[in-house]
Amino acid sequence: MSATTEAAAPQKPQTPSRAQQVLREILESSTLVVIMAIVASMLIGAILIAFADEEVRAASAYFFSRPGDTLSAIWEAVSGAYTAMFQGAIYNSNVDSFAGQIKPFTQTLTQATPLIFAGLGLGIGFRAGMFNIGAQGQIIIGATLGGWVGFAWHLPVGLHLLVAIIGCALGGAIWGFIPGILKAKTGAHEVIVTIMLNYVALNLLSYLLSLEAFQREGQDNPISPTVDTNAQYPLLLGDQFPLHWGFVLALACAGGVWWLMERSTLGFEFRAVGANPRAARTAGMNVAKGTVLVMVVAGALAGLAGSAQVLGTEKNLTLDVAGSIGFDAITVALLGRSRPLGTVMAAILFGGLKASGPTLQVQAGLPVDIVFVIQATIVLFIAAPPLVRSIFRLPAPAHEKEVAA
Amino acid sequence: MKTTIRVGALAAVSALALAACASAPEDETSESATSGTSESAAPAESVDYMACMVSDAGGFDDKSFNQSAYEGLERAVDELGITKAQAESTSDSDYGPNLEAQVAAGCDLIITVGFLLSQATVESALANPDVSYAIIDDLADNDFDGTTDAPNIKPITFETDEAAFLAGYAAASATGTGTVGTFGGMDIPSVTIFMDGYNAGVEYFNEQNDGDVSVLGMDSFSGNFDDQPAGKNLAQGQLDQGADIIMPVAGPVGLGAASAIQAAGDSWLIGVDSDWTATAPEYSDIVFTSVLKNIANSVYDTIDATITDGFSAEPYVGTLENEGVGVADFAEGTVSDDVLAELDEISAGIIAGDIEASGAAE
Repeated sequence: MSATTEAAAPQKPQTPSRAQQVLREILESSTLVVIMAIVASMLIGAILIAFADEEVRAASAYFFSRPGDTLSAIWEAVSGAYTAMFQGAIYNSNVDSFAGQIKPFTQTLTQATPLIFAGLGLGIGFRAGMFNIGAQGQIIIGATLGGWVGFAWHLPVGLHLLVAIIGCALGGAIWGFIPGILKAKTGAHEVIVTIMLNYVALNLLSYLLSLEAFQREGQDNPISPTVDTNAQYPLLLGDQFPLHWGFVLALACAGGVWWLMERSTLGFEFRAVGANPRAARTAGMNVAKGTVLVMVVAGALAGLAGSAQVLGTEKNLTLDVAGSIGFDAITVALLGRSRPLGTVMAAILFGGLKASGPTLQVQAGLPVDIVFVIQATIVLFIAAPPLVRSIFRLPAPAHEKEVAA
Repeated sequence: MKTTIRVGALAAVSALALAACASAPEDETSESATSGTSESAAPAESVDYMACMVSDAGGFDDKSFNQSAYEGLERAVDELGITKAQAESTSDSDYGPNLEAQVAAGCDLIITVGFLLSQATVESALANPDVSYAIIDDLADNDFDGTTDAPNIKPITFETDEAAFLAGYAAASATGTGTVGTFGGMDIPSVTIFMDGYNAGVEYFNEQNDGDVSVLGMDSFSGNFDDQPAGKNLAQGQLDQGADIIMPVAGPVGLGAASAIQAAGDSWLIGVDSDWTATAPEYSDIVFTSVLKNIANSVYDTIDATITDGFSAEPYVGTLENEGVGVADFAEGTVSDDVLAELDEISAGIIAGDIEASGAAE
């Protein structure tokens, strides 16, 4: 309501003063919306934390006899939780050494790495009109192939890592090619095909891990041998930090995807196919080829997300190697508006939320489910700018359409 | 719309207000003075010791080993007066960060649950030699040299086959159809060790008594630990093939099997991990016995021993002898006194090493 009346304001004949214009630009910026979204979600999160806290519940039973108890318990619970979140994801002031202080942020970037890869891949698909739900399966197959190269082959330094990374990308690309070619040739809908391929991938991995060739010597547990040191991403900042070179590769991929989508002919075709396949066909583009290529590129990037797991953080293959990355990456891509820079930022936000999970549990004593709820609330608010604008009575931007797209 | 919200808000506020009318507790000093004289089970004194636990992706409510381990930790908090911190993992990537957060929080002893955490535990233990670690169902031996990879890890494992052997023998003596069954959640050692012991117990019964009892489902797995319908189907299949006693080694999937067995009537279930007459009381009328794996006790004992005698990396192996594993009471009227006497003998034989509970024993 108020947003629309405010939006109509600039159309009035009198010219706004320069100061007003600057203010308006700030208010319209999506950065402010993101900040306000975080504020809003922290408020909601605070209520949830207060409810989840045992001491608050105990003290609220006698709220009217001694309200101070409840209020101080709420303050302690909420401030404790947000301190823990900050210390877990960005900067830990409890530690003396500088390395220990900034370690949480490197942890955040490490957790963000696979999300950047997979989010980029999904973003390409979304912009090309393909709703690819199959990142999970593509990550699994990528990690399986690359991981196998990592532990079963023994190659010299440098070469081994390169081959293992290519293995990951190839595995993901194959798993992306299948729904791509099925859609192009038979019209099978990619949503259904990719969802089903997720199951196929998971059960295939489950089968492989039951084979001797994929198990550790002298053990029957479904866990692969550790990949060779030669095939692991080297650590970026030394032994103290978990951050590995996969992060740099992810940033490079983000640059590559930007170039692909914004500057290359192929990217233009991808976008044209997504915007209007019929028009693209009329313009002489090969829509089938575009569909397959989009899925192959998206799959390869998801496969690289698998490499961040199997060659970076986990260093071995288990059934849970993909975690929930394939699905989190969908949110990351949507949150980042399918643009490379947005995806990177969204992935770092998500990585931070993930990295703060352990401290929230251990330091603040919150149950893991509440941690998830808080994370989901933050995403919800950021993903819905109009909601945030109406809560804080911010004016809608003049070019609403572009932001919402 | 707005009125609805207002009415709702008013209702919520009044509910809260009504709930908040209790009287405030007495001052804390008098509170603790009274509790000191009362006979409540509150800890006598609190100890400056922090025990922590990291679950695998199953979480602490998995109705299986994570949950048992966590119960042991909670008991230690109640009875020994220690403090605890726990972290549930939701995926493999959480293990390392969870361990790190616990080290940072100042945990004295960190207990990790399951073989999936093996690598992360070893890495954390090597990086933090001052912190003590224990790992459940794993030997923390990832280079296969037969010793634990870090000097500050205590492996906690169980010879569950010894107890399953007794259950198998008893089942073979009690079956009316000459067929018993079993199935597992996944083909992993901590599951198959139950099945191997059970099978060996049945075979031993056949050997001793010229019996011909067969075991179904030694290669049956539900594929996971949460698909109850799959458990129901597997159990139904075995019931259809004539089995009248079934041991599902699959955590909550076994509840699906229990419902099939209850519906079939005239057949029995063997519970695993904990005593199912207590944990699944709705099925207590069909529980033949339970093969106990006392993870909770081992966790409690480890914490207790560490506080009193200091940390020892000596591996803990739960056996019949130290009651780390065992069988629960048999359902009334199913096992004759003669067989009970034989079971006592067999149990003594296993402890003495005269009887091999299963070929798979490590």
